[in-house]
Amino acid sequence: MTFLSELLAWFTDPLNWQGSSGIPIRTWEHVQYSVAATLIAALIALPIALYLGHTGRGGLLAINIANIGRAIPSLGLIIMAFILLGLNITPVMIALVALAIPPIVTNTYIGIRNVNREVRDAAGGMGMTGWQVLTQVEIPVAMPLIMAGLRTSAVQVVATATLAAYLSFGGLGRFLFDGLALQDYEQLTGGALLIAALSLITEFLLARVQTVVVPKGLAKRNATAAVDAKMSGKAGVASSGA
Amino acid sequence: MDWGWVQDHLDEIQSLFFQHAQFTLLALVYGFAIAFPLALAATRWPRLYTPILGLTGILFTIPSIALFMLMMPFTGPTATTCLIALTIYTLLVLVRNTVEGLKGVPREVREAAEAMGYRRFKQLFRVELPIALPVIIAGIRIAVVTTIGLVTITALIGFGGLGALFIDGFRQAFGTPIIVGFALSVLFAVAADLALVGAQRLLTPWARGGGSR
Amino acid sequence: MRGTVTRKAAAALTALALLAAGCAAEEDAAPSGGSGDSGPIVVGAVEFTENIVLQEMYALVVEDAGGEAELKQPLASREVLFPAVEEGDVNLVPEYTGALTTFVTGEEAEASSDGEELVAELREALEPEGIKVLEPAPAQDQDALVVTPETAEEYDLETVSDLAPVADELTAGGPPEEKERFVGLPGLKEVYGIEFADFRALDAGGPLTSNALESGQIDVARFFSTQGIIDQKGWVVLEEDKPLIPTENIIPVITEDVSTPEIESALNDMSAELTTAEITALNKKVDVDKEDPQDVAKAWLEEKGLIGN
Repeated sequence: MTFLSELLAWFTDPLNWQGSSGIPIRTWEHVQYSVAATLIAALIALPIALYLGHTGRGGLLAINIANIGRAIPSLGLIIMAFILLGLNITPVMIALVALAIPPIVTNTYIGIRNVNREVRDAAGGMGMTGWQVLTQVEIPVAMPLIMAGLRTSAVQVVATATLAAYLSFGGLGRFLFDGLALQDYEQLTGGALLIAALSLITEFLLARVQTVVVPKGLAKRNATAAVDAKMSGKAGVASSGA
Repeated sequence: MDWGWVQDHLDEIQSLFFQHAQFTLLALVYGFAIAFPLALAATRWPRLYTPILGLTGILFTIPSIALFMLMMPFTGPTATTCLIALTIYTLLVLVRNTVEGLKGVPREVREAAEAMGYRRFKQLFRVELPIALPVIIAGIRIAVVTTIGLVTITALIGFGGLGALFIDGFRQAFGTPIIVGFALSVLFAVAADLALVGAQRLLTPWARGGGSR
Repeated sequence: MRGTVTRKAAAALTALALLAAGCAAEEDAAPSGGSGDSGPIVVGAVEFTENIVLQEMYALVVEDAGGEAELKQPLASREVLFPAVEEGDVNLVPEYTGALTTFVTGEEAEASSDGEELVAELREALEPEGIKVLEPAPAQDQDALVVTPETAEEYDLETVSDLAPVADELTAGGPPEEKERFVGLPGLKEVYGIEFADFRALDAGGPLTSNALESGQIDVARFFSTQGIIDQKGWVVLEEDKPLIPTENIIPVITEDVSTPEIESALNDMSAELTTAEITALNKKVDVDKEDPQDVAKAWLEEKGLIGN
């Protein structure tokens, strides 16, 4: 039990809550990396996936890219990026964005493709332009899966952002790597718990956002699909070593 | 890309690959050993499904680096730590897919089997599992590919399989080992995935038309 | 037909399970302790080039002396590795007299102690734990503070003391351990009165630290005196003009249970040949010329006639 009490001591030590290496700053850094990477990934992935889904092109790639993303070792990616681009936040960002894109692409693509042919035809029959079909029919119907993809991606990024600290940057990973090197198990465990907590909070927060954003009727029908999406992308989370 | 280096290090690469494969295989076997009974329980007593899925889901959401580190104070930087964490990560997908697979067995088929006098155990193994196989294997595929990726993270605590090559390359600021490690782990994942698809085809020749869910 | 499927699947599963069980058994087979050469000698290292070169050298020497060596993946720091030695999971590691004495005794090794005193202290502390401290090599690898020539000129820096008045304008970088170890920030403050504006945790004289110093992200870097990259980049090593860094002879440390007289004498012979210049040259081959540590180790050992051919 002394380890637990020491761990508690770490969490309650005021020194750990102030300064540039305190918990709040590290958490904020971590959130910054994560939000930036997820947004950038979404900005890149969504248009592409929406286009592919709407036109039905590139299906093979779109569907399998989540699988491929799952197989990519995040540690290797980040180290490679460092070797190529040097010691700044860019390689970290590139690695995070690269790993965040696949779940968004696959889930969005599948979501759009899943829109019933009849619904699409009906919309077309009503005289809607392609763009209108996309924005007024396909996207709303695909919302559960799109959101699931974004959510998966975000959780993945939060996890992988831990590796920024491997390259000496900030974020909650700092507690892990410093704690490891110093054999300071309280710091190590404290950091791990914080990262786990942040991951879970991200997951739950975005799940709530999803319930708000997705129309109720769709939500039920798409529940299984959403879980599928979580799994297909999640493997990416796990495989990205986050 | 220094091919000379590759030639000189074939032994090391091979033994790292074996370490990688060992970890993956063990994690899957242990994972399935835990997940299968859990899935059976969840099918038998549906109320258990949500909590089981919930727990394995939460564990899954925990970033792998964090999970490895969380175990460090208790089991140290050992192979055991790696294996326990790797096994935990397989649970969600294995449980989920096994349950979904079993649930997907049409009621008529189950009833027919019962009518034919099949007892529970026989029914499970002779009838339900073969039908559920495609979905179960789909889950195994995800678990395998995920695990292969995760093994590389264990490089941070002294293992890593092919991931150890990343650390070597990092230390010497030398790209070749990193590229080799990267390419081989991706290839390994792809090969394992394809092998499982092949196994599925072999084991369920009747399902070829329908395909899995 | 269903029966065949289940049988096939069952057969496959059983085969896998047996294979896995076999693997598990192999994993669990710990190197058995016992007198002499039963079980492999696990040679460990910390994650930096010199230690890895030494690890390869020790392994080759052990094999040449009739033992069976097993290389362990390098670990993050002494703080992680040495407990493994104390537990018996790792048998042989390359260490440094001063730093190890500080670590093991819990008291700062006196900068004024000479090599012999430190070795004596180590033996006194470790022998009761069943850990043997062999003979030190003449080679020393001491912590060094390094700046770029531009920084040296701008702040007029030649010795570490010169840092004291300007340290609050400078950012330092080094391994995370620097924050805690006495030879790191705490000692710099106590002995030299140096307090840096900021400290960045990078790595132990590795690519992150080099990159950071080169790109100006840090002004002062903690390196190790035998690293080839210092010369290669034309960096300036600040002279230690006050007693802070103790003597740091490279020294093999081995657990009693696996050690044999042949292995010990072979390692001591090897250490005797290892001078600071020699180890620096070897480090350079790996870090700068990108040669493989094992090749470099082997070539050197053969050249010195330390391993039989």
